[in-house]
Order: sequence, then structure tokens, then C-alpha cells
Amino acid sequence: MTKEPLIKLEGVSKHYVKNKMSIDIFDELDLVIRENEFVAVMGPSGSGKTTLLNLIGGIDRPTSGAITFGGERIDTFSESQLSKWRAANIGFIFQFYNLMPMLTAAQNVELPLLLTKLSKSKRAEHVKTALSIVELEDRAKFYPREMSGGQQQRVAIARAFISDPKVLLCDEPTGDLDRKTAEEILKILQLMVRDFGKTVIIVTHDPEAAKFASRKLYLDKGKFFERRAA
Amino acid sequence: MTYFRLLRKNLTRKKLRLFLTIFSIFTAFLIFGVLKTFDHALNAGVELAGADRLITTSKVSLIQPLPFAHYTKIKATEGVKNVTHASWFGGYYQEPKNFLASFAVDAESYLDIYPEIFIPEDQRTNFLANQRGVLVGEALVQQYNWKIGDTLPLISSIWTNQDGSRTWEFQVEGIFYDKEEQFDTRSLMFHYDYFNEGRAGARDSIGWLIIKTESPELNEAVSKAIDDQFANSPNETKTDTEAAFGKAFLEQFGNIGLIITSVVGAAFFTILLVAGNTMVLAVRERTNEIAVMKTLGFSNGRIFTLIVLEALLLVLLGGLPALGVSWFMVEALKSAVGGGLPPMALTPEILLQAIAYMLLLGFVTGGLPAFNAVRINVAAALGRKAI
Repeated sequence: MTKEPLIKLEGVSKHYVKNKMSIDIFDELDLVIRENEFVAVMGPSGSGKTTLLNLIGGIDRPTSGAITFGGERIDTFSESQLSKWRAANIGFIFQFYNLMPMLTAAQNVELPLLLTKLSKSKRAEHVKTALSIVELEDRAKFYPREMSGGQQQRVAIARAFISDPKVLLCDEPTGDLDRKTAEEILKILQLMVRDFGKTVIIVTHDPEAAKFASRKLYLDKGKFFERRAA
Repeated sequence: MTYFRLLRKNLTRKKLRLFLTIFSIFTAFLIFGVLKTFDHALNAGVELAGADRLITTSKVSLIQPLPFAHYTKIKATEGVKNVTHASWFGGYYQEPKNFLASFAVDAESYLDIYPEIFIPEDQRTNFLANQRGVLVGEALVQQYNWKIGDTLPLISSIWTNQDGSRTWEFQVEGIFYDKEEQFDTRSLMFHYDYFNEGRAGARDSIGWLIIKTESPELNEAVSKAIDDQFANSPNETKTDTEAAFGKAFLEQFGNIGLIITSVVGAAFFTILLVAGNTMVLAVRERTNEIAVMKTLGFSNGRIFTLIVLEALLLVLLGGLPALGVSWFMVEALKSAVGGGLPPMALTPEILLQAIAYMLLLGFVTGGLPAFNAVRINVAAALGRKAI
């Protein structure tokens, strides 16, 4: 049975003005992403992959068109509405992990939970579970500088899903990792889709990484070309 | 983890910078605490001056004596309810460093005009009956362990006795208390008659007069009437309210208030730059992290609050210990100067004022970087805008 559309882009255009010149990223773009999909977005540099992720995550706004999430227009939200919406629905994973250097792994993972009403003990419980999912319970008290890139990315994944968002947006999550570690990270993302019902969208240059996705989108010259996994 | 822990972690990233900033703030508030206490002590007499009391001195100078006859004439002036007089003795106990604020007064009228001086009734009676009696302030008694009945030899740096010595002997007859914190108990007073008869020169002169008017509304008219009375005489007078007199007295030493305000102002201006610079740098270094926090769902308001609270915490970490150390310094200063200064105390008003300045400093130094943090473009900060 086909699942309900979770994210819908309708006629979305995005233009930047740089040095008084208008740069068109995409024009009248349409896209539907359903719940529990694992989507890889590929394309050449400058095709607008990251901008697409920013628009879906509500940290950038379209020049025109509509972006709906679960049937609700998010492109019309105010900044404070977007903050609340992001806290509840979106988890970001970045290429360079972006962990807080002065916080331990556990404290980094706990950070989004400060926005909830969970008690300290409940938060600690959640953190323990999240770290066990990414197999890093023994690194809970380690600082980012004391961990490898792969471990830091796993902490970042735990931080992204700890508040139970519907969608994980990953910008080149394996771009800074070796092949073996990259595969481990991608398997964790697959686990998120399979066992935890998350929708995962990754932007990648790496065709090997894209193979882990159930759906591949090629973005080029402002248009999508789609290929589904076998 | 708690928000407080997050603040603490952010604050302690660069420990040397934190220490230096806190130390600068500490120094500024230490200067504030001590100088404000000093200023307050100097101005205490002005602030607590009686509204219906006037002071008459020589028009030439405060130290120029007036003839005793002025006392009788002023007493008869319309609008005057009561008059007393006092003369500066300039005494010390045993050695010059034990300088004492000591006065020869017309005891009965002096105590009537200053009802805030509290003395047990029996001691008052004994003091009035004994011409060699001396009334000693509670603070001096505590400092020198004097007791009622003690013979108290005081040496005057101004007045010579008829026997050629500068030592005057008194007998402690009473201890006065500071019932309403309106009178300096680091002082003593004795009978003018004993002093006047005993001194070798300048007999029948007095230092200044204190006048109680029928009502504060009459102050101006009575002042004018008194000064007009002695105009063009060899001993012209200058009459002011007690508050104005106190202020003029302090201004003999220069504008202490302005000096203190300038020093404190310079200290605060410096600290504003130091703490402000620390916060601006600290937030600029964290642009990327602030952007990440926004992607996690931290609202602009929450980020603004966290940065302002961080600045407040920084200022309080430097400022509050400084107030504690100020207290110790003031106590040490009190012991060192003895009776040479009015009573010094780090009053609740000074503490509240210091805390208000800390809050203001926190808001100002945290406000600008917090505002900048709110305006961070998440996509640009994460380096993700490059299409």
C-alpha cells in the first residue's frame, strides 16, 4: 500500500541574488516524499541539493511555491513556529558532525531534550538508549576530540533522532569518512528507516552511499531525474 | 545536563580568558565597593542632617573662631527655637595615630538639639554634673576598652593647657549610642566651660553654632536674619542648613564625590569594554554551534536568553566575590584609620547598587552578541548556502 506523502514541494523556485545577479537554483520544482522512505539526492555541485535540504528542514525559504509537511504549509511559518516545528519533526546530520566541543557525547545527545519537558532522569534514560542504538554507550563521557570521525558521526545521529523526529536530513553524512566507517553510518541510517520508521533524506556525491537508499533522485539543472532501488 | 551546566560549559571553554575577564570585573567592583563605602561615609552626615538645624560659622573660614557673644545674640533672633555651640578640640589618645573626633560643647543645649544622641538617664545626669566629664561614643569605647569612671588623658594638637602642656584630663561619665544610625559614635564631647577656663588662649571664643529653628520653613529667613545681624562686623557669619554645611565641609578636601564617580566610572567603562569584548568574541567563535542549536529547534528567544545569562553569570562571578572582599577591606580600613573617618559600612544600598550595576553590565555586554546570534543565518553559518 502506498503511504501518505509526508513532504510535498509544489512549484518551488529558489533564486539567489549575488553581486546584483539573480541565480536560479531551481524553478517550479515538484517533489513528493512519503513516510518511511530512504531517499538519496545526488547531482553535480551547484545543482541545489543542499538548498533542497535547507528548504525541507525549514532553515531556508523558497522564493515561490509551497512546501507542505504532513499536510501543513511550513514555508509560511514564522521563525518561532519553525523552531518548534524543527524540534519536533526534523533531525539534522552534517558532514563534519558539528558536535559541541565542550560537551561529552552524552551531553551532546541530550541537548535537544532540553527543549522538552522530560525530567533529568528520563532524559538520561533516553540518552543511554540512543547511545546504545549507535553502539556508543562506552563513549558516553568522551568529548568529541577524544573520538574518531565515525564515532562522532554516530553521536550526531543519536543527537538527531533522540527527540524522535519524523525526518532525518543528512548532508553528506559520509563525506568525511572512510569506506568502512561510511558503511557503518549508512547501515545505522537504514536501521532508522527500517526499525524506527523514520524518513531519511541524504544528500551525497557518493554513488556507493546512494545504494543504501530505497529511492535515488538526481538533481540537475533544476530538475529531478528519479531511479528507484531494485 | 541542565541549562545552567550548558552556560557553565560555554563560559569555561577558554579558562585563561575567563580568569582574566573575571579578574577585571572583580577589580572594578572592588574599587566600586570600597570607594562607594568611603563616599557614603563622608556623605552620611549630609544625608542624615536635621532638616530644621542650621549651622553658623565664621564667614572667613570654618576654622576661624567666633566670639561667645554671638551665642547670646543668636539665641534672641526671631524664629530660633534653641541654640548650642561646639569647638573643635583636635585631640588624640596616647599617640597621634589615635586621632579622635573630639568637641567642646555646651552640654545641655547640645544634647537637646541632637535628640538622636542616646545616653542612659543616670549617665546624662552624672555627665552634666561633672565639669571634667566626657561623653564617649559607643564605637570608641569598644575600640579602646574604656569604661565609666576611667580617667581619660587626651592630647590636643591645637589647644595648650594653662600649665603649658597639651594634655587634658577627663573622666568618662557616659557612653552614647547610635540609636537611629544618625550620629557618629566614633567621637566624644566634653564641657565647653572646662575647656574654655583651661585653655591658655583664645578664651571666650567658640567654633560654630548649631541652631534649631521653629520650623524648617523658617530656615532661610532665620539664616538671613543671623547673617544680617553680624554683617559689617569684625566677625561676620555664614549660616547654612546642616546639610549644606556638611557638603561645604567635605568640599574643603576637593570634590570627593566627583573624584570617586570618575574613578568608578573609568573602572566600569573599562570593564564594559573588557567584558563586552569577551562576550562578542565568545559568541563569534560559536557561530557554527549557534546555527546547529537553531537546527535542533532552539528558538531565537532561547538563544538570546542563554547568551545574556552567560554574560550575567560572567559578571556575577567577578562582581559578587568583589563585594565580599570589599567588606573585609572596609573593616580593615576602619581599624586602620580609627576615629579619623566617619563610620564606614558596606550598606545594603551600596550592595543593591552594585548588584544593579552587575545586572546592567550583564545585559549590556550580553545583549549585543545575543542580538548578533539571533541574526545568524543558519544556512550560511553552516557553510551550506553554497548551493
